[in-house]
Amino acid sequence: MEGVYFNIDNGYVEGVVRGYRNGFLTSNQYLNLTQCDTLEDLKLQLSSTDYGNFLSSVSAEGLTTSVIQEHCANKLYNEFNYIRNQLSGLSVKFMDYITFGYMIDNVVLMITGTIHARDKSEILSRCHPLGWFDTLPTLSVATDLESLYDTVLVDTPLAPFFKDCFDNADELDDLNIEIIRNKLYKAYLEDFAAFVSENIPEPSKEIMLELLGFEADRRSINVSLNSLQSDDISDELKRSLLPNLGKCYPVVTEMLAKSHDFESVRASLANVYEFRGILENGNLEDQFYQLEMELCRDAFTQQFAISTVWAWMKSKEQEIRNITWIAECIAQNQRERINNYTSVY
Amino acid sequence: MSATREQVFPTRMTLGLMKTKLKGAEQGHTLLKRKSEALTKRFRDITKRIDDAKQKMGRVMQTAAFSLAEVTYATGDNIGYQVQESVSTARFKIRARQENVSGVILPQFESYIDPEINDFKLTGLGRGGQQVQRAKEIYSKAVETLVELASLQTAFIILDEVIKVTNRRVNAIEHVIIPRTKNTIAYINSELDELDREEFYRLKKVQEKKQQEVAKLDAEMQAQKLKEAEEEAKYGESTKSIAEKLEAASLEEGAEEKKDGEEKSELVAETEDDVIF
Repeated sequence: MEGVYFNIDNGYVEGVVRGYRNGFLTSNQYLNLTQCDTLEDLKLQLSSTDYGNFLSSVSAEGLTTSVIQEHCANKLYNEFNYIRNQLSGLSVKFMDYITFGYMIDNVVLMITGTIHARDKSEILSRCHPLGWFDTLPTLSVATDLESLYDTVLVDTPLAPFFKDCFDNADELDDLNIEIIRNKLYKAYLEDFAAFVSENIPEPSKEIMLELLGFEADRRSINVSLNSLQSDDISDELKRSLLPNLGKCYPVVTEMLAKSHDFESVRASLANVYEFRGILENGNLEDQFYQLEMELCRDAFTQQFAISTVWAWMKSKEQEIRNITWIAECIAQNQRERINNYTSVY
Repeated sequence: MSATREQVFPTRMTLGLMKTKLKGAEQGHTLLKRKSEALTKRFRDITKRIDDAKQKMGRVMQTAAFSLAEVTYATGDNIGYQVQESVSTARFKIRARQENVSGVILPQFESYIDPEINDFKLTGLGRGGQQVQRAKEIYSKAVETLVELASLQTAFIILDEVIKVTNRRVNAIEHVIIPRTKNTIAYINSELDELDREEFYRLKKVQEKKQQEVAKLDAEMQAQKLKEAEEEAKYGESTKSIAEKLEAASLEEGAEEKKDGEEKSELVAETEDDVIF
């Protein structure tokens, strides 16, 4: 019976998303892109894809990597907002959850800027458009976390995520901000997972939990690796940054929290099949991107699933990164590494 | 230019002064020339090193820019801002030192990294931290190259200036001061010679006049004697008195001759004096 009523609310959107999915760059198109000699060529190649003439207003002199990236990203935001506006009920909640991640980044960015007394408009222009909320500009009034929460954040959807953040941070400094960011993200992932498992029907639930679990694992591994070189983070603090989610949880998460060198991290990861060889060969981030893209691609195999939106979103972001990467390689004349992109479609 | 000479009064004292000046100028010339050569050697060395450093900088900056691209790929847009904001003190610092190359003080910059300061070690904790650290290392190297290049460039500019000044001095001494001094010396010498010749000629003329006078006096005296002798013979005085008179006359003549000799030797001495000077 699952999926019987799916199309009533979400059928159109799923169709749209699947249409978008067919617009992803294929490996052949990537191959064409990597053959380009200049950014102008790249623009020409892109115009024959789903991107169309999105760069037509940009003059040849003004064509830089960041401009290309900006235009690609704007296209994604427009599509995302279109989809969100088409949805209703629980699915909207789901879409909101997707944006919370960007909100966290924006909040942290605002706090960082506020500590260093930066101009508000300068920071606001750097905020992620999907993570925008009305009270974001007022964040700059706060100087410590307590007042930040009481005055601004309590009205935002992020409020529940902050409940774990008050124990050690009386004053906001750079170390605390980075920790707050990761704590928020942990709380966000856990909350998202809880929401999905309670409210979203199968098969979306299964797929989403898988994807969120992967996201959590990626964060756990990254945090435990990147915190090796700083002594400021105690085991307990580190444990509180690792999400209680994903394939690493619970045993490997504990082990990761207690790891103090590269070898022990690797030994811990050897217990998880998916991440067994991930530290051995090549760039860690690249491998994570590859894994993520494979998961997203697989997510499209199920029908009647709202999770395709998430998968499409992540794939599109990766595609933008790929295009930026290729453009960067072309602009900086670093041909030998131009094939370092991640393509699965 | 070489035809000029200094406006001096041609005396022996100025000649002495000019000679010392010439000697000083020649010594200065060799010294400055040596300094200029030493500086030029150093200058060439620095030029070569600048070339190397610039090429190295090109490579290093390229890798650095690319590592930044990697960071953006791994972490997203705002990483640059996050890094900027989380830095409070400089980790990479510069010490300035002075080096002395043949009297020219060249500043030298020395870079060092303060290992105590590591501001953004947590940036990218959740994503891309490794790329951030890598980019940091690569950029540290890039800045190091820049510092090296900066100190070389400063030395280059300063040395260039100093070499120009020194060469100008060398040329000035070689082509202006030395010829002019030489000209002056030649001028003074010629003037002095001219004076000598004039003096010599004058003395000769005086001598001639004196000789003429002496000859005239001699002739007069001879005539007088003859006349007296004739008168003696006429009046026939005693031989004794004649003999006495003759003796007196010869004495007179001797004294006169002696006086003449003295004058002569004086003249000789004077001419000799002139020749010496």
